[in-house]
This record gives sequence, C-alpha cells and structure tokens, in this order.
Amino acid sequence: MSLAVEDLRVYYRTLRGDVRALDGVTFSLADHEIMGLVGESGCGKTTLGKSLVRLDGRMRHVGGTVTLDGRELPIGEDARMNEFRFAEVSVVPQYAMSAMNPTRRIGRMVRELVGSRGIPFASVRSELDRRLALVGLDAEVLERYPIELSGGMKQRMVMVISTLLNPSLLVADEVTSALDVSTQRAVATALAGFRDRDLVRSMIVISHDLSLVYQIADTVTVMYAGRLAEKGPTEVIVERPRHPYTQLLISALPEVGVRYGGKRLAGIPGSPPSLRPPPPGCRFRARCPLAYGKCAEQPPFAEIEPGHAVACWRAS
Amino acid sequence: MTPAVVRLDRVSKRFRVGAFGRQELLAVRDVSFELRAGEVVSLIGESGSGKSTIGRMILRLTAASSGTITFDGTDVTGLRRGALKEYYRRAQGVFQDPFSTYNPVFKADRVLAMIRWSYFPDVGEQAWRQRVEDALAAVNLNPELVLDKYPHQLSGGQLQRLLIARALLLDIKLLVADEVISMLDASTRIDVLNLLADLKERGLAVLFITHDLSLGNYLADQTVILRRGSIVERGATTAVFGDPLHPYTRTLLASVPRLGSKWTDEPLDPGPCRYHEVHPEGGPPLAEVAEDHFVACFRLHEGRKCG
Repeated sequence: MSLAVEDLRVYYRTLRGDVRALDGVTFSLADHEIMGLVGESGCGKTTLGKSLVRLDGRMRHVGGTVTLDGRELPIGEDARMNEFRFAEVSVVPQYAMSAMNPTRRIGRMVRELVGSRGIPFASVRSELDRRLALVGLDAEVLERYPIELSGGMKQRMVMVISTLLNPSLLVADEVTSALDVSTQRAVATALAGFRDRDLVRSMIVISHDLSLVYQIADTVTVMYAGRLAEKGPTEVIVERPRHPYTQLLISALPEVGVRYGGKRLAGIPGSPPSLRPPPPGCRFRARCPLAYGKCAEQPPFAEIEPGHAVACWRAS
Repeated sequence: MTPAVVRLDRVSKRFRVGAFGRQELLAVRDVSFELRAGEVVSLIGESGSGKSTIGRMILRLTAASSGTITFDGTDVTGLRRGALKEYYRRAQGVFQDPFSTYNPVFKADRVLAMIRWSYFPDVGEQAWRQRVEDALAAVNLNPELVLDKYPHQLSGGQLQRLLIARALLLDIKLLVADEVISMLDASTRIDVLNLLADLKERGLAVLFITHDLSLGNYLADQTVILRRGSIVERGATTAVFGDPLHPYTRTLLASVPRLGSKWTDEPLDPGPCRYHEVHPEGGPPLAEVAEDHFVACFRLHEGRKCG
C-alpha cells in the first residue's frame, strides 16, 4: 500500500465561517494503482488533490493523517512538506497552460527547478530526453518558450517535469479538460504510460469526466459534497454502481450512439448542499430518489464487498 | 422540406495576424450549409477549427470576409443599425461562460429587463411579468428561485438557462448555442441539452457549436464536422456518426472516451493519409456520397475508406 489517507479534514477559512470542503475522507492506494477521482464542481476533488501536495493560505488542515510509503506526510506544515514535494509527491496542475514560467526557455526553467532541489541538471538531462521521447515530444522543445508550444504539448511537458524525480504519488488534476478530443487521448495515454513504466508508483487522476477516467483508471472514487460516496474497481463502478449518486451520474452521460429521440436522458434535480456548514445526515439526501428516514443519520463509508466501499444505508 | 432559416453560401473569414497585420489567417474557408426550422445542427470541430467564428458571423458579431449569410431570404452581412436590431429580435446567441456573461454588480434578472428596455418599451408591467414567467417556465426555472438574485447566488446551469429564457422573450427563430454546456456539471448539462431539444420542438432552428462529439450526437439532426476552417464531412447525424467516411471524422470518433469500450481495444486509424499530406491547408471539395451525406476526401473515388 503506497498511500493511506485517514479521516482527512480540510476546511477553507471564509468571513462567514469554515467551508468544510473535505470532511472525513478515508481511502488507500495500492502500489501501481491509478485512482480516478470524479465528482461535480465544488465536491472537494481538487481540494483533496491539493491537500496531498500543498495547502494554500486559505486552507486549514483540521484533522486526519496522510501516510505515504509508511511515512506520515506533514501536510499541515508548508515548510516541512518541501522535502516531499516533487521528489515523493508531485502534481500536474489543472492549468498546465500557465504552469510554466513564460520568461524562460523550457530547458533553462527545468535546470533552475532541479537546481533548486540541489540536483545538477546534467545528471537528469539524459533521462529528460528519454521521457520527452516517451510522451512524443522532441528534445528541441527545451530550447523553446512555453508560448511556442500548443496546449497538448505544454500539458505533456508539464507531465514530464512533474515526474522527473520518479515520485511515489502523482496527482493529475483535470489534465485533459482544456484539450481537444484527439489530443486528450494522447495525453491520457501518456499519463497511464508513466505508471506502466514504473516511473510513478501510484496516481490520482482527478476529472469531472467519468468516461475519460474509465479509460485509464484501475479504481474510481466518486466524491459528493466533501465526502466519498463510492470507491471500487473501475468496471464495478461503471457496470454495477451501488450509490444512488453514482447511478444517476452515469445515467446522465450522453454516449456516442445515444440520441435524444430514442432515449431521453435525465439530469439529477437539485444542486449540492452548501458546505458552510454541511447539513446533517447523508449529504445527497435532498436529491436522492431512495432517501428514507435513516438517511438523517450519516452513513458510514463501508465496504460491501472486497475493494468496493459505499456510503449509503440502502447499499449495506 | 421546410425552407432554410439560415443559409451560408461559400462563407470565408480572413483574420490579419502577426506584426502590423501583415499575415493572413484563413479561419473559415468556403463554408456552405443550411439550418431549417425545427432542426438542430451541430457544428463540431477542435479548437481553432473556426466553429465559433462561424457562429459569430451568423450573429453578425464578426463580419464575414466573403460569401453570403441569408436569414429568411435576406442577406444579413450588410445589415446596419435599425435593421440589425430587428435581426436580433429573431436571432440570438448563448455562449460558453455563463459566469462572465452577467455583470456581477447587478441582479441576474437585469438581462431580462434589458430586453424590455430595448425591444418592448410599450409592454405594461403586468403583461411583461407574464411573459417573463412564460419564458422561465419554458426553460424549467422556478421564478421564485432565480428572480431578484445576484449572479453568484445562482448555479451555472441556472444562469445558462436564464440566458436562454432571455432569448425566448424575443420572438426568435434562430438560437446559436456556442459551447453552452461545456462549463456545466454532468448532472445538470443534460437538462440544458434537453431544453435545447424542446426548443427545437417549438420550431426553432438551433446551431449547436461543440467540441464534444457525444453531446452533438445526442441532440442534432444534422452534423457538420470542421477541420481547419473547412467542412470535411456533413450530413444527417445518423449518417455521419453511423458511417463516418472522412479519416478525420473517424479519428475524432475513436478518440472520444466512452464507458464500456476502452481505447486499448480500439486502435486509432493509422495515419498519415493523403488528405493531411498533400493539402495541409484546405482539401478537395465536398462530394455527395449518399443521400444527405457529404464528404471531402480524395480517396472516395479510389475505393471507399482510406487510412
């Protein structure tokens, strides 16, 4: 087991009280696992990804632990996390388009970056070239400025930089959302390739697009309003989801081949609850067609079969 | 067959780019297609394919460089002032980012009031309220939940539907929907899609601009696939998606992530094909390969599929 997250709570400070963006999240990642993390905007999936790398000024670590390869990550302490960042935990941010320094040639930027970690550029140079070839980039991009690259090229460049030191955990946040479909396939395949070649031990792929996650992930975790709704092997989540939210989410996806005239899909009525503070009980209760009296009590995130956990009274 | 509401005839758009505008970029090249009443046409292409430019030219937000765009028989490319305002009474657009469409200083329903100030100054208070309620009902919004609220108090889906309601206050025949749902969540985007389908049932012509093939497929009667400003394939949606003939269309379709079929089971078409090599800019003319199915591909005469 490479990553274990135990009852993690991260709140955002606002003038009108705390927003409980992550409210008791527990899961683990096996070696070699690619976990897809899906959910609506505001459900806390980006917050979860960021908590494992760097909490920004508004975020507060309220409770819970994160253990990576047997060592506890000091996620609440920005300075102590420096030792882990980039080397052990790395991130491909949501806006890779703006993740690179526009005033530097890319090669020089990488030189400065590894230099800041006390690593001579020459020692990683050959590996860098090899990785560039792996994602289909020419080594010549190192001589260019970020603005000279297309969106897909920039995204792949950032992936190469993020994984250069073979981190144990890679967090990829919406890496393909800004890309065209044909580029998206190339980037997502390259991402899975890093794991296949053992360059990263495990990966969390955050996306709002379940069908993209389905392509590359081994397991899928569905989040709703700051908590985990369901986690299980990809095939199980897609073919026989047990949480009503997962079921409705999948049935709302238009597929190639489904036409409005033949099969009219339906969305999920209502909207997610405010997390300042969240309502008691199951958070999906107000939108759930199966809600009943017991849902006033918060359901535990419990395993219903090996590797398949659901937070729903109806499922257990 | 119902007459066309909008007809594009060999429409092109050149942008001046580079220092002092010395270079030219042909963003849209000789594009011709029609939109009929009660029909959804989806315009599908990747970034830079010119799909939004076409939508903007139809709405006269960008001037066409050549070609004609006719709306109900009149060429709209030369409309000025009063005539243009009358055109907007019948043709409206909704765009990608609902959050930046609203002025955050004012309440969201001001966009509805502005329609009244511009177009219906003579309508009385009572009658106007009724119209607003009808328009909101048409987009499945509860007036109590959306009126008298600021934009930040509403969700993206609500804001987007409010903009469609705004368009419905006018007696529109054409709605240009440019990536209207790409910023919405999966649980609400399907509702906006169904709403567009309802508008079609009411007899509107809808131009649905998207980069997402599965969304285009769900809704549209006609599909137009754009690549680098040119149409590479167009026709009935069932024909284009059911029997894609252009290698570009096939690559796009193979790249769409879907539940239930993995990319690894479905290799990409081997490239490169003659289309890409010989004519990096522009290609052969569209040829009709079947009823209501047009393809621009050299290989059509040499046996059906290339790649």
